[in-house]
Amino acid sequence: MEGSALGRVYADGEVVVRQGEPGDCMFTLQEGRLEVLTHQEGRGEVQIGIMEKGAIFGEMAIFEREVRSATVRALGEARVLTIDKKSFLRRIQEDPSLAFNLVRIMSKRIRRLSGQAQDRRAGSDRRTLGDRRHTNRRTSA
Amino acid sequence: MRMFTRRRVHGTGNGTKRLELTDGSRVGVVGGGPAGSFFSFFLLSMAESIDLEIDVDIYEPRFFTHRGPAGCNHCGGIISESLVQMLAAEGINLPPTVVQQGIDSYVLHTDQGDVTIQAPRDEKRIAAVYRGNGPRESEPVEVAGFDRHLLDLTSSSGAKIVKKLARSIGWEEGRPRVTSVDGQSKEYDLLVMAMGVNSQALNLFSNAGPGFGAPETQRTFICEFRLGADVIKEWFGTSMHVFLLDIPRLGFAAIIPKGDFVTLCLLGDDLDDALVESVLGSPEVRRCFPGGVVPPLACHCYPRINTEAAVRPFADRMVWIGDCGVARLYKDGIGSAYRTAKAAAKAAVFHGVSGDSFKEHFWPACRSLDVDNSIAKVVFGVTHLIQHSKVLRRGVVRMTVREQARKGGTKQMSNVLWDTFTGSAPYRDILRRTMNPGFPLALGWNIVAGSMPFGRGRRKEKATNGR
Repeated sequence: MEGSALGRVYADGEVVVRQGEPGDCMFTLQEGRLEVLTHQEGRGEVQIGIMEKGAIFGEMAIFEREVRSATVRALGEARVLTIDKKSFLRRIQEDPSLAFNLVRIMSKRIRRLSGQAQDRRAGSDRRTLGDRRHTNRRTSA
Repeated sequence: MRMFTRRRVHGTGNGTKRLELTDGSRVGVVGGGPAGSFFSFFLLSMAESIDLEIDVDIYEPRFFTHRGPAGCNHCGGIISESLVQMLAAEGINLPPTVVQQGIDSYVLHTDQGDVTIQAPRDEKRIAAVYRGNGPRESEPVEVAGFDRHLLDLTSSSGAKIVKKLARSIGWEEGRPRVTSVDGQSKEYDLLVMAMGVNSQALNLFSNAGPGFGAPETQRTFICEFRLGADVIKEWFGTSMHVFLLDIPRLGFAAIIPKGDFVTLCLLGDDLDDALVESVLGSPEVRRCFPGGVVPPLACHCYPRINTEAAVRPFADRMVWIGDCGVARLYKDGIGSAYRTAKAAAKAAVFHGVSGDSFKEHFWPACRSLDVDNSIAKVVFGVTHLIQHSKVLRRGVVRMTVREQARKGGTKQMSNVLWDTFTGSAPYRDILRRTMNPGFPLALGWNIVAGSMPFGRGRRKEKATNGR
């Protein structure tokens, strides 16, 4: 990976942000890929997504005082640029349209999650219907 | 096929006329440097967000693909830490082909010693770029100039690049008309002047709009030295090198590593060959180069920079952005282009293209830069004092070396110097921080301790800079 390029290079498997830690910045993925993991009871770390070049993440820390909601780790070498909360919020006060790209990204994310939730609900409904039919068949038999 | 509905002039109910962009409106931009590209990019993006269809022509005869002066925009080529972050947040990333060197630290060189000031975060967030396609004598390598990169981005978002020189600007029934060198002319609903202060176009078109007064400028010196990437890595690392030299008429000197070359930038009063020779001959500059020998210049120029805002850079259907309007004093010219271009685009799309609209929605962004420039004069006045006082230089270097040597804690002088050199924070913030009572006390102590006639106080400071 180009050493003179912007940002910081993370080695394969290196953690960029860790779930539960406080955050004071967001990030843009300049090059490479990152995986998103969450810790789930009894299952350990579960991969919930992969981010490609150009992705912006960690933006919830900009608007909330909550801890990081997921762990982000490099999948192969990855180059990441940090955007400071303080300077970003200060610029938003001067130019609110700066937040527009973030709103668009968050909106896309909500749409994707809604789709996933819908798919999951539909899958669960199909399973319930299948179970009911199976039970009915057994009962009638 | 698009349906063009022309609703150009509307009554606003109070008897005045409101000029605004509507579907099918035509916008002309004179100059395809960062200001022109940023403006066109944001104008098209904002228009799209409200389903407004407008056509944008950018008049730019250069390709920015030539090496040497023909393709260059004559500037130090630093994209500030704050601009790199804001562009990334806008979704505009700078690829490695554009960034010749990511900068993560500054080395301050004085006759009292050198000190390296590390970036607040352990990463490269300042970009050293070529404005054209590299200096004269550079090899045909995979290099993309910053201006070309932005122009391509703008072109891909729908702007048309007119590769012609704009020859004259006239008015036709209250609308500006651009005539290019081949004699063709076109009328526009809005004309944006985005030429640099080194462009002949600024002189040519300074009477194009009523009330406009061109900005005040100052001569600078920029040159490139060819050293090769390996030598640069060893001798300059990933740092920008800044010099506090006690040389009459000199304001600021910096060396920026870029690929196979380093760029030297000088600011000063009545900058001439003699002043350049004094700087190149100073021990602080010479010891940065292998063997203490400054190599021959590969490429050099004496470009001008904006030092005082233009007068009334707006009129009905016309606005001046970037260097030909208002720019930050001595720093972050590209950041100023970004701010003024975006403010103008926002005003044009959401509030109209009348002089009153620009006054209300574009001028405040310019005024904010202008007010900050007044404060900058105080900051640079203090820097000038330090530059020409051995006792003060010793105190500043001593305080910075000690701050950099310790882990954690507040690094008052380091942060003030970082923001002054990088242009990352407004000058009013920098000045406010120096007024914190702890700052003058700490500086005072370091001046006293550094001036003690014997012992550790007077030794020449040297912090690590990789050599």
